[in-house]
Amino acid sequence: MKKTAGNAPKRRGQFASICYRFSRNRMAMLGLAVFLAVVFFAATAPMFADYEADAVKQNVYAKFFSPGQEGHILGTDMYGRDLFARIIFGARLSLLISLSTVGASLVLGCLIGSLCAYYGGWLDTVTMRIVDIFLALPMTLMAVTVVAALGTSTTNLIISLTISMVPPFVRIVRSAVLQVKGSDYIEAAVAYGSRDMRIILTHVLPNAIGPIIVQATLNLASVLLSVAALGFIGLGVPSPQPEWGTMLAESKAQMRYYPWQVIIPGAAIAVTVLSINLIGDGLRDALDPKLKNG
Amino acid sequence: MLKYISRRVLILIPVLLGVSFLVFAILAMMPADVAAVQLGVSATPEGIEKWNEEHGLNDPFLKRYFDYMGGLLTGDPGVSWSSNTPIKTEFVQRIPSTMALTAGTIVLVILLGVPVGVISAIRQYSIFDNISRLLAMLLTSLPAFWLGLLLMLKFALELDVLPATGGGSFAHYILPWITLSTAMAAQMIRMTRSTMLEVIRADYVQTARAKGARPVRVVMVHELRNALLPIITVVGIILGQTLGGAIVTETIFALPGVGTYLLQGIFKYDMPVVMISVLFIAAVIGVINLLIDILYMYIDPRLRSQFVKG
Repeated sequence: MKKTAGNAPKRRGQFASICYRFSRNRMAMLGLAVFLAVVFFAATAPMFADYEADAVKQNVYAKFFSPGQEGHILGTDMYGRDLFARIIFGARLSLLISLSTVGASLVLGCLIGSLCAYYGGWLDTVTMRIVDIFLALPMTLMAVTVVAALGTSTTNLIISLTISMVPPFVRIVRSAVLQVKGSDYIEAAVAYGSRDMRIILTHVLPNAIGPIIVQATLNLASVLLSVAALGFIGLGVPSPQPEWGTMLAESKAQMRYYPWQVIIPGAAIAVTVLSINLIGDGLRDALDPKLKNG
Repeated sequence: MLKYISRRVLILIPVLLGVSFLVFAILAMMPADVAAVQLGVSATPEGIEKWNEEHGLNDPFLKRYFDYMGGLLTGDPGVSWSSNTPIKTEFVQRIPSTMALTAGTIVLVILLGVPVGVISAIRQYSIFDNISRLLAMLLTSLPAFWLGLLLMLKFALELDVLPATGGGSFAHYILPWITLSTAMAAQMIRMTRSTMLEVIRADYVQTARAKGARPVRVVMVHELRNALLPIITVVGIILGQTLGGAIVTETIFALPGVGTYLLQGIFKYDMPVVMISVLFIAAVIGVINLLIDILYMYIDPRLRSQFVKG
């Protein structure tokens, strides 16, 4: 969650009170519990199933088992692959892609956004005009265009989603930093003669991080949805890798006779996204009690 | 007013030109063997060379961009790489479907989202509010393509009351409209509710109540009018998401719109097709946001007077 190294006593008090407010929010705690469960299955997936044998290898004798049949908790798909194994390895893949996308765009967004806001001038003007151009395209469309150019692969998916995520982050970081920039303690740090980089890293960013963290959490949910959506239209993670959206697209044709093939991967996406959204909402309320009406 | 509009248009034009350059540059990174893909198995090195020459791929990047934009601005988006037919006729036929999908979605979102959000805010913490908040949270997290498949499963395959795929009639759009508007309506409810909650506590609302204005009048005249600006902003955001999400919804229901055209173009490495589809969507979003900005001026006298002075 929040990293508040440096100015210890006062910040820790604030941090503790944020944790306290978060823990009092029942929906947010539910979201956190569900999300941790997803993370647990994603992290320990190899203990439950073997990636090659269960999630990827096709088995013509085990097609379309119903959930529970012959030891397959969630049944098998049209190639006889265990659905439970595919779902938990899918969780791994989805979380890996979305976390690295959000992580990369967070770092780039913080870097560009805080430099723009801190220095202002032509750097700010030029960057914001470029950001305007990027933001003129909806996120899905931007990602689709980049995938179209680079081709479909997991790495290209992360690259394309990062490219479409950075501009909104730059905007948010920039406005958060601008709000902090005028504060007395920043002026004090400048007067004290601290180097710019030190001021940005130890004074500006930690104080502006609240809205950025909330946005990052909510963006994690939308990236997760985008990964699945791109998989669904055939531009995401290529099969046979068990990505949830790709699984949905593959099962679409058999939907009439084997509806659970479509229901299960979709439910996995919905539950994960919901848990992240609940956490994001809880964080927003905890960070800013005044806003507690959303 | 006119001055404001013209200034706003002058901002939109460079942004759209920037988008066209950006998209062209991204698509120029397409793998170099496009010619081999388009010519198929019968491709010979000479054939590939000839194809590249014909489609201007041997020219420098900037020349290609200016050639393309020159054509586009005179109303000719070029020839499809995969089918060798002019893009214009096919593309124009695709527009009504996407427009119908988007317009219907926006109408549904406003009709569902605004009233529910308003009632939720007026009766804060009531049963209605709690249920609508919970539903809004659940529905924003639903992947649209999953919802679309489930709806199709129920209403097209099981009950057989609506067509599953294809376009043309009103009935074909009912499931796509519901699919696309659900998550957006949920967003609208949340936004309307939180804006209304801010407005309800404002001094002028207290004054209106104290003066003995009827509750309906307080809501409609004093509260909703002041909450209108943020609500219109959300409509703009939702429009962007709708057009961006059209590619997914059109794919689920096999609607003959711009989104499916774009996707076909991608799978066939058909650069001009991808280019025109992306630019079209960006241009529509840009123009609608321009209209929304102008609408602000009509709604909010504060913005108008500010501009008259400046």
